[in-house]
Amino acid sequence: MGLKRNFRVWRGNSEGEGALKDYEVDVLEGEVVLDVIFRIQATQATDLAVRWNCKAGKCGSCSVEINGKPTLMCMTRMNTFEENETITVTPLRTFPVTRDLVTDVSFNYAKAREVPAFTPPVGLEPGDYRMSQEDVSRSQEFRKCIECFLCQDTCHVIRDHEENKTNFAGPRVLMRVAELEMHPLDTLDRTRMAQEELGLGYCNITKCCTESCPEHIQITDNALIPLKERVVDVKYDPVKWLGNKIRVRSSND
Amino acid sequence: MTDIEHFKHDVVVIGAGGAGLRAAIESREQGKNTAVISKSLLGKAHTVMAEGGIAASMGNVNSKDNWQVHFCDTMRGGKFLSHYRMAELHAKEAPARVWELESWGALFDRTAEGKISQRNFGGHEYPRLAHVGDRTGLELIRTLQQKIVGLQQEDKKISDDYESRLRVFAECTITDILLAGEGENRRVAGAFGYRRDSGKFVLFEAPTVIIATGGIGRSFKVSSNSWEYTGDGHALALRSGGTLVNMEFIQFHPTGMVWPPSVKGLLVTESVRGDGGVLTNSEDRRFMFDYIPDVFKDQYAKTEEEADGWYTDPENNKRPPELLPRDEVSRSIMAEVKAGRGSPHGGVFLDVSKRLSAETIKEKLPSMWHQFKELADVDITEESMEVGPTCHYVMGGVEVDSDSAAAVGVPGLFCAGEAAGGLHGSNRLGGNSLSDLLVFGRRAGMGAVEYLNEMDEAGAIRPSVRQQDVNAAVEAALAPFNQVEGENPYTVQQDLQDVMADLVGIIRTGDEMRSALDRLAEMRVRVANVAVMGGREYNPGWHLALDLHHQMLVSECVAKSALAREESRGGHTRNDFQGMDPNWRMVNLICRLSKDQVDIAKQDLPWMSEELISLFAVSELSKYMTEVELNQLRVPEGAV
Repeated sequence: MGLKRNFRVWRGNSEGEGALKDYEVDVLEGEVVLDVIFRIQATQATDLAVRWNCKAGKCGSCSVEINGKPTLMCMTRMNTFEENETITVTPLRTFPVTRDLVTDVSFNYAKAREVPAFTPPVGLEPGDYRMSQEDVSRSQEFRKCIECFLCQDTCHVIRDHEENKTNFAGPRVLMRVAELEMHPLDTLDRTRMAQEELGLGYCNITKCCTESCPEHIQITDNALIPLKERVVDVKYDPVKWLGNKIRVRSSND
Repeated sequence: MTDIEHFKHDVVVIGAGGAGLRAAIESREQGKNTAVISKSLLGKAHTVMAEGGIAASMGNVNSKDNWQVHFCDTMRGGKFLSHYRMAELHAKEAPARVWELESWGALFDRTAEGKISQRNFGGHEYPRLAHVGDRTGLELIRTLQQKIVGLQQEDKKISDDYESRLRVFAECTITDILLAGEGENRRVAGAFGYRRDSGKFVLFEAPTVIIATGGIGRSFKVSSNSWEYTGDGHALALRSGGTLVNMEFIQFHPTGMVWPPSVKGLLVTESVRGDGGVLTNSEDRRFMFDYIPDVFKDQYAKTEEEADGWYTDPENNKRPPELLPRDEVSRSIMAEVKAGRGSPHGGVFLDVSKRLSAETIKEKLPSMWHQFKELADVDITEESMEVGPTCHYVMGGVEVDSDSAAAVGVPGLFCAGEAAGGLHGSNRLGGNSLSDLLVFGRRAGMGAVEYLNEMDEAGAIRPSVRQQDVNAAVEAALAPFNQVEGENPYTVQQDLQDVMADLVGIIRTGDEMRSALDRLAEMRVRVANVAVMGGREYNPGWHLALDLHHQMLVSECVAKSALAREESRGGHTRNDFQGMDPNWRMVNLICRLSKDQVDIAKQDLPWMSEELISLFAVSELSKYMTEVELNQLRVPEGAV
C-alpha cells in the first residue's frame, strides 16, 4: 500500500449534531480525494455518507469543501497537498446537512423551477430550427454547467445570509436565465423576473462563483453582468421596454 | 409498517436517465399521472457520461444518409443479431427525436447552414452523430430535465401544484416490483423501495412500471460505469417473471484511461478517433490495419494514405480501421498488449496531437483535454494518451416487444434504454445509445399509456398490491441490519468484480466460466449474509448490500449465457470457440428465473422482413448466414 495520510471528515446527522472524525488511510499514486474517501468507506466506515456518480467531473455530484474550499472530490488530486498535510473534508456550508458529507440541495431545484422554460416561436416546427454556431456559442457556454452547485455554495449572498434564500436564486439559476435570454430562438423576456423575483440585484459581482466553477464558465462576466445590463436597458429605456412588450405579445398570439 | 410512505400513480418510471425521462415526458403529455424514481439527484444519471453524440440520419452533413443506411450500419455493427424491428424503428425515428430535443431547448453544434452538425463515428457510414462538443449526454439529460420542469410549470398553472401530474423522487431506490393476481392474471401492481436520504420506505401503487435503470457495468473491475449501474432493472424484471435476452454480450469500450490507477476505466470518447485520432503500439505502428476482419474488408482503408484521405475526401477514400466497431478495436488492443507491444501501463497509444491543432482539439474535445490534464497530467494537444478496453455497456437486457417496449411475460411492465435488450444485437455502435434512449423511452411511455387506456376502457379494476408482498419486501430490505457476523458489502462487491472481469471478461473460455459459476454460487451465500453498520439515514453500505443482490443475479445470467454460446460474436469472444458460427446467429439466449435459479433457453431470432433484407447484398449476408437461410433468400430473388 501507499503512504499513510491523515483525513478529518465531518460525521454528522440532519439534526445538526456531529463532529470531525480522524482517519488514517493509505493513499496510492495518482489518486483523487474521492478515491481516499472510498477507501475510508470500504475499510473503516461503511456507513460514511457520500454523494457521487461519474467520478470524472461530469455529473457534479461529489461537491464538498476540502480544507474549507468548495470543490469536487473527484477532481481534487492528492498530489496538490503537502505530504504531511491533514486533509479536512466537510459538507457544503450553504445547504443543510443530510448526513456526513451529503447535503440537501433541493433549494437549487426549487429555484430552477421558477425560471420559465424555453419558449420557441409559435409555428416553428421541429427540424426547421436554423441557428448559427456563433449565435449558439454564448448559451452553449452556460449549458456546460454540471449543476455541482459549488457556485451556489460559495456565493456569499446566501452562504452567510440564510434569510436571503427566499429572495435570491443564486448564480446557477441566474445563469440559466442568461442562457435562455441569449438563446437565438427563445421568445420570452425574463429580465424583469430575474431582477424582481430571482434577486439579480443582490449580486455585487465579486466573482466568487466564477472562481469556484469546475467547468471554468465565466459566470460573472458572460452571464450575470450582461443580464444586469439587459435589466438596466429594459428598466430605463422606454422604447426598448415598449419594443419588448410588443414582441412578447405578438409571439404569444 | 406505519413508516411507509404511500403513493398512487398511473405510471411509475424507474430510472431518470435519458430513457426514463423521455418515457415520463411521454406518459405525462398523454395525460397520465407519472412518477419518476431516481437513485441519484435529478440530472446526474449515467446518460450524462455519454460524450460523442446521438446517431440520427438527418443527412445534414452528407445528404446521402437516410434511415435505411443507419439501419444497415446498426445490423452490421450488431453482427446481424439485432432484433430487426427494433433496429428499423430506431433508425426511422431517431431524427424526429433529435429535432424534438431542439424544440425543447437543446443547443447542438451547428453546420455552416445553421443545421445540427453531425460527426463521424465508428461503424457509421456517414457523419451521423448530432453532438455538443464532447458533452452530448449532458445536453441530452439537461434538456429532458428542463422539459420536465416545463411540464411541471404547466401543471402548476392549472392546479397550483408543480407535482400534480409529474413527480420526481430523487435519491430513491426501488427494491421490488409488486404483482397482483396469479397465473394468466398476474400483472404489475406497484413498486416498493426506500428513500436514500431518510431510509424510509416508499410504496407506489401503479398498474404500469417502466424499467429504465441502465446497465450492469458495476459488476466488472475496470468499468466506465458509476455506482448506480448494478443491473437493478434486469434483476427486477427477472424476479417479476420477465426474461432477459443476449446477456452474454458486454461491450468493452476500446478506449478507457489506463493510468493513473484511480482513473483506470474512465472513458475516452470515440470522437477522438472520429475526429482523426490514431491508435499506435510501442513500435509506433498503426496496428489496426492488421486487424480488419473479412466481413469488413470492403468498407475500410488498407493503407494509411487512404485512411488519411478519408477525413477530407470521404467520397474517394475508405474509412480508417480505427473506426471499426468497438468490439473489433477492443480485441485488437488486447492482442497488441498480449504480444508485448503495449504502452508502459498496459494499453496502447491514442494520439490526436499530430493530426489536429491545439486549438481544434480544445474546441472539439474540450472535456477530454480537461480530463487528461487534470487527472493524468497529460496534455493531449502535445502528447498521446494511453488507452485500453473498459467495460462500458450491456447489449443484453429485458426482452421486450419491439413496438410497445412491453416486457415479455409481465403485463404492465415496460422497459427501455440500456436495460432493454435486442436493438444492439451482439455489439452496439457508438451514438446508437442516446438515440435508443429517446426512441424507445418514448415508445415505452406510449406503451404504458396504451395499456392503461385499454384497462380503463375495459372497466377493469386497478390491481392492488398484496400486504404480504410488502411485508416481505420490508423484511428483505432490513435483513442486512440483522446480520451480526456477515461480511462488509464493499469486500463482497470487489470480489464479484474480480470474478467477472477475470473469468467472464473480454476474452472467455469454457473452463474459466465454469469456475466463475462455482465462485458465483459461493458468493450468493456471502451476499445473503453481508452485514451493515450504522442506521438507515443515507447509509451507502446498506444501499450497496441491497444492490448486491441485483448484481449477483445479473452476473449469473451473464456467465451462464456466455458459457452457453459456443462461438465468438460482437461483445462475446471465446478462445475455445473462435469466429462466428452462422448457426448461432439464429439464436437468442433467454434467461428466466425458476425457483430462484437462472435457466437458459435457446430461442429463434425473429426473421427480417423482405423489405429490410433487400437492403443488403446477398454477398454480404453470406458472410453471416447459413446455407439454408441463404437458399431461402435466393429463391424469391430468382423468382422475380
